[in-house]
Amino acid sequence: MRPADLRIGIDVGGTNTDAVLLDRNAARLARAKTPTTPDVTAGIDDVLRLILERGAVAPERITHVMLGTTHATNAVLERRRLDPVAVLRIGGPATHAIRPLFGWPEDVRAAVSVGETIVDGCVEFDGRETTPFDRDAAARFLTSVGTSARAVAITAVFSPVSGAHELAARDLVREVLGDVPVSLGHEVGSLGLIERENATVLNAALTGVAREVGAALERALQRHGIDAVVYFAQNDGTLMGLDYAMRYPVLTIGSGPANSLRGAAYLTGVNDAIVADVGGTSTDLGVLVGGFPRESAAAVEIGGIRTNFRMPDVLSIALGGGTLLAGTPEAVVLGPRSTGYELTRRALVFGGSEATMTDAAVAVGRASLGTHAAPRDMGALFAAAVAAADVLVADGVDRMKVGRDPRPLVAVGGGSLLIADSVPGVSEVLRPRDHDVANAIGAAIALASGRWEGVIHLDGDRAAALETARERACERAIEAGADPGRVEVVELDEVPLAYLTRPAARVTVKAAGPLGWL
Amino acid sequence: MSDRIRLVDAATISALARGCAILGTGGGGEVYTGSLIARQAIGDHGPVRVVTLDELPDDGLLLPLGMIGAPTIAVEKIPNGGEAIRFRHHLERLTGKTAVAVMSSEIGGSNGLLPVAWAARLGLPLLDADSMGRAFPEVHQVAQHVAGHHPELIVLTDERGSVVTLQVVSGAWAEAVARAVTVAFGGSAAMADYVMTVGEARGAVIVGSVSRAIAIGRAVIGSREPVATLCETVGAFRLLEGKVVDVERTTSGGFARGSVVVEGVGVDVGRALRLEIQNENLVAFEDGRVRASVPDLICVIDAVTADAIATEHVRYGQRVAVIAFPCDPIWRTARGIETAGPRAFGYEFDYETVEALVAAG
Repeated sequence: MRPADLRIGIDVGGTNTDAVLLDRNAARLARAKTPTTPDVTAGIDDVLRLILERGAVAPERITHVMLGTTHATNAVLERRRLDPVAVLRIGGPATHAIRPLFGWPEDVRAAVSVGETIVDGCVEFDGRETTPFDRDAAARFLTSVGTSARAVAITAVFSPVSGAHELAARDLVREVLGDVPVSLGHEVGSLGLIERENATVLNAALTGVAREVGAALERALQRHGIDAVVYFAQNDGTLMGLDYAMRYPVLTIGSGPANSLRGAAYLTGVNDAIVADVGGTSTDLGVLVGGFPRESAAAVEIGGIRTNFRMPDVLSIALGGGTLLAGTPEAVVLGPRSTGYELTRRALVFGGSEATMTDAAVAVGRASLGTHAAPRDMGALFAAAVAAADVLVADGVDRMKVGRDPRPLVAVGGGSLLIADSVPGVSEVLRPRDHDVANAIGAAIALASGRWEGVIHLDGDRAAALETARERACERAIEAGADPGRVEVVELDEVPLAYLTRPAARVTVKAAGPLGWL
Repeated sequence: MSDRIRLVDAATISALARGCAILGTGGGGEVYTGSLIARQAIGDHGPVRVVTLDELPDDGLLLPLGMIGAPTIAVEKIPNGGEAIRFRHHLERLTGKTAVAVMSSEIGGSNGLLPVAWAARLGLPLLDADSMGRAFPEVHQVAQHVAGHHPELIVLTDERGSVVTLQVVSGAWAEAVARAVTVAFGGSAAMADYVMTVGEARGAVIVGSVSRAIAIGRAVIGSREPVATLCETVGAFRLLEGKVVDVERTTSGGFARGSVVVEGVGVDVGRALRLEIQNENLVAFEDGRVRASVPDLICVIDAVTADAIATEHVRYGQRVAVIAFPCDPIWRTARGIETAGPRAFGYEFDYETVEALVAAG
């Protein structure tokens, strides 16, 4: 019998859909790149066919497929294929000062909500219940929306501290509406009621899209004779199983940058670094801290809706391989327009008629590619463009740096040849092999993770409370598929709560580990 | 200084929020939730008229309102919105006077926005004034205290409808008891304190606060050079433009304390400022010398957008400008300095105005 020991990582990006085939030791056996199709699923089908051809391996050997995809992001941005959601908040008599979905763009609200209500129920920051969950009011609401709701979103005050009210409401939904998909706030977001509720509602609205993608992926795998366990990449650079991804599709938003950061860490073996992912139109700068993407501190808006997702902190600058050049050598203008995916048709070095950053990089000797030489008479403009690009990159790197000490810069992506070999404030520039499929590799090698959040008192047994928090996070990582023997806490954040007489802190713990069956 | 505002409608809220965040000097709670609360109340009950003391009857009752407690809790357990109705009911009954206007107890941060919602709910005007002209951590750090008034009557309420009325003998007791009640309520409460008549409020509140916050917001929102515009609007000195290179946080005595170091870039290269924080930015030091201190306002703002950066969101690598500007003259009286000057926060140096410190170089 042939060994079953291979995995495929797929990343659906804005321009390309990439795939890599890795063996048990994560050595790369094959890679493939296809244009992302308007119907994203067709692109996945293409890239699977290609990778199997190139790897020349029997499909039975594939045991795991990891997918990073923009399906959910696109659905929200385009307000398409969103499911109608019944929005239930458990928070009365508090929270009436802001009704559910208040401040949402009208078109999204119309596309998503079939009704919103606030029923009584309140848990305090320390977990004590001060107002019981009004089950009858919730039942009346659910009955009134009836079958018009294809999903239900439930958010309760302080549910990251105690999920009891949300769980009771979920059981009620089962009784009243049957097997309709339910999204729970404490499983989706963190403290900050409105942002968490928004994320929970978006999550519920994405249920249908997620099921379609899941089903389409399984069909594609079947068509290619692959019988593998499927994982989805999420926005913190870790994986979730297919079942989990079907329940929490909103967590796939932002997985692209996270995958490329994790891929960069893996390809270089460096865990603390700045990563520049240079594409055709823009450069995304991110930061690796302990092998994981640094998360953004600011609130993240998706399609005009404010959420409190843990997104990678990314600084995008308008500089890519296809960035068009204008102006004079004395006053060069970079972009912001770009050839995008038409680089190989429009750039001078490919016989086109437009001067791009790629032409400049070739002219100064940073890259050798294309079918034509860079025109000599434009040498001064090209030199000025490269100098201006270096300033942009250096400034971006300086903005993103995590400490005073110089860190390495990992250059990945198709346009990474633009990056100079030495950048101010950077110890060295690393250019790993396979850098242009770093995102697909990031998906393929990602860990499974779990997260716990709550409020602990600092004057009691703080050590014991922290230990419990660590255990909970580890349990959740194992539930998501991590190997129980190798799961560990990768992040612990403690933020003191001001203005209380008894000192307390909000604690967030993340645990992660390699997949149990790899 | 700036045009007087006569109406706060939904379209005014974003400007008000920007201004309140600046006047929060790093504290006072985030303004996003407060903006939503104010917008919803205006949508439900109509826009809010803004009045001066001269437009109100002398024996009319003022309702100075705000939230007390942990901002982290207030963004999770959002208020009910009906707090204002209980305040009016109880205070009118206790004083025998008729409420004529709502006032923000603290224009800096979220408490600059919630009173707009409460005024809308009550159908009362909002007084173009507040108790601080900025944000301060303690109950008695208000203009009324400086003017010699006692808190006497304090009313606290929660979202469930509990009402606690306190009669305290001093500002310090007000602080201790109000905080204990807040904790019992779940870490966050709405509070009316230094309740007084319009006549008593003359000379005992900081006038023009609402207009000022909105003027700040409007100037910055429309500006191509927000930092310069902000400095011009509030009369601020740009102490330093640079990069955050160190952030330290601790909690003690129920307050978030810490320090931030900003290293100069561009024209300020080679210089560094160290800010000390207790919920709000208290003192800016350069090479051990004081460059600005409470009660003057010290703000850390985004170097490009001039958005206020709350102390809990300051982090390594941010490009910021540190600006400082004069507080209301009430704070520069002997009693004002005693209440909210450097020594009130445990420092061993005397207050000097930011103008004098900047002139001294």
